[in-house]
Amino acid sequence: MSIILDKVNYVYSEKTAYEAQALKDINLQIKDGEFIGIIGHTGSGKSTLIQHLNGLLRASSGGIYYNGRDIYEDDYDKKQLRSKVGLVFQYPEHQLFDATIFSDVCFGPRNLGLSRKDAELRAFSALRSAGLPEKYWYRSPFELSGGQKRRAAIAGVLAMRPEVLILDEPTAGLDPKGRDEILGQVAAMHHELNITVILVSHSMEDVANYVGRIIVLGQGSVLMDGTPREVFSQYQELEKVGLAAPQVTYLMHELREHGIPADVEATTLQEAKGCILQLFAERRKNRDRE
Amino acid sequence: MKFIEARKLLFEYIRRDEEGNVEGILTALDGVDLDVEPGEFVAILGHNGSGKSTLAKHFNVLLKAGGGTLWVDGKDTQDGDCLWDIRKSAGMVFQNPDNQIIAGVVEEDVAFGPENIGVPTDEIWKRVEQSLKAVGMLQYRGHSPNKLSGGQKQRVAIAGVMAMEPKCIVLDEPTAMLDPNGRKEVLDAVEALNQKKGVTVIWITHYMEEVVRADKVYVMDQGKVVMQGKPREIFSQVEKLKSYRLDVPQVTLLAYELRQAGLAVPEGILTRQELVEALCQLY
Repeated sequence: MSIILDKVNYVYSEKTAYEAQALKDINLQIKDGEFIGIIGHTGSGKSTLIQHLNGLLRASSGGIYYNGRDIYEDDYDKKQLRSKVGLVFQYPEHQLFDATIFSDVCFGPRNLGLSRKDAELRAFSALRSAGLPEKYWYRSPFELSGGQKRRAAIAGVLAMRPEVLILDEPTAGLDPKGRDEILGQVAAMHHELNITVILVSHSMEDVANYVGRIIVLGQGSVLMDGTPREVFSQYQELEKVGLAAPQVTYLMHELREHGIPADVEATTLQEAKGCILQLFAERRKNRDRE
Repeated sequence: MKFIEARKLLFEYIRRDEEGNVEGILTALDGVDLDVEPGEFVAILGHNGSGKSTLAKHFNVLLKAGGGTLWVDGKDTQDGDCLWDIRKSAGMVFQNPDNQIIAGVVEEDVAFGPENIGVPTDEIWKRVEQSLKAVGMLQYRGHSPNKLSGGQKQRVAIAGVMAMEPKCIVLDEPTAMLDPNGRKEVLDAVEALNQKKGVTVIWITHYMEEVVRADKVYVMDQGKVVMQGKPREIFSQVEKLKSYRLDVPQVTLLAYELRQAGLAVPEGILTRQELVEALCQLY
């Protein structure tokens, strides 16, 4: 069970003066239950790539296989695919339209042909998974804060019971606490609902904290693919494509340049803290011995 | 003389039903006192809904205060006659570059502002060139804005404001939609304007790293100013900032946690370099 991309190419406005190749020979395998971060500068093809995963865009050439089946086969059920691969766009709260949050979240499941009761049951559990307090459920979207609206919009996608959840910059424009809350909730959903999560982000610190695998895109190609430690250790390469490593990774490199044997692969605050405290403890022990 | 002086500034969003009866009142600004000296780089922090943007819209009278006083560049914002003068001296840049660019060519977009305020044509071209140069976008003057990256577009928007030669620029989350590189480009461009041209800057953001070099920081919560001071003073109060749904730069947080764990790291570390030096000394 997985998503496989085989030599996927995508060209915008093909055979016109505005022709631009957005994806070049993308080969990827995304396994069940992975938590993946996609990073890349503006215009690197991130959004184009994720729109291929649920068939919103059709590759100019190459193939995409969802759970072993070619999604470009004539009799492949695209509607089914889109309910299984849920996509949360940037600023998803702009898509809330119904009079209350609850009816908005019911809209998706109702469209799948579910009965009113079943749709409502799904809305209940989706809103709960998205961490929106119950007192907001029957209010108008206009009465909610930005972070709450975003949770509501994520719930709308969760109510479709996707097997894969893709979020395009889910924390853009939120305050620091709001960022942590949304990402914490996404991590909890990944764990509790046992779904695959793909997170597109501009924040290297966020990506380092949450995901197990990072895919780096640059000019439409996959430049790197590995664990946060593997990817961020190549910070000089990342800088060449307009990205960077988390602040603590740089700090560890600088400590090493100053002769302190810090772990240069640390990518999160907790890793850096643990490493520094341990170094100082060893140093003290050595001094005591002398 | 202060460039901006706000005293007990009050603003309420009033919601009415169909008959015009008041349904609810939301106090967005609740007695804000704020001072900005000419040439300062002032940062305003606060969580979503804390009143930052409402305050920003007062600086060039997009919103008019419901109470209190606000003087901008020596003019009273309540005085309708001063409206256009104030808007000339305080320019605004918003979050989404796509909403602020109107022309099909970069230089025409930058020329739009000065043209509107009646600047002579020769002077307009001079200003367009200067402001595009100041933000490092001169080589794109003949390009179409929609082929630019987010950071480049935002710099064009800033050049458009600069071409009106305001004494002050108010930037409301100008980096929220940009990638790390774009964020750096925009911050560098604005810092250069501040330092080289002496433009007063008011920078509103959710990214704590962008604030460490500011002259002064204001923190807002529920329409009030709850903290103010130099970045070092503000960021040494980690717990307090967290209670306002904010954060500190990652390096500051690491220094704080190391301190909590018993290392004698000094308080109020702001940059990587400071932390490296402190740790090297201790080691």
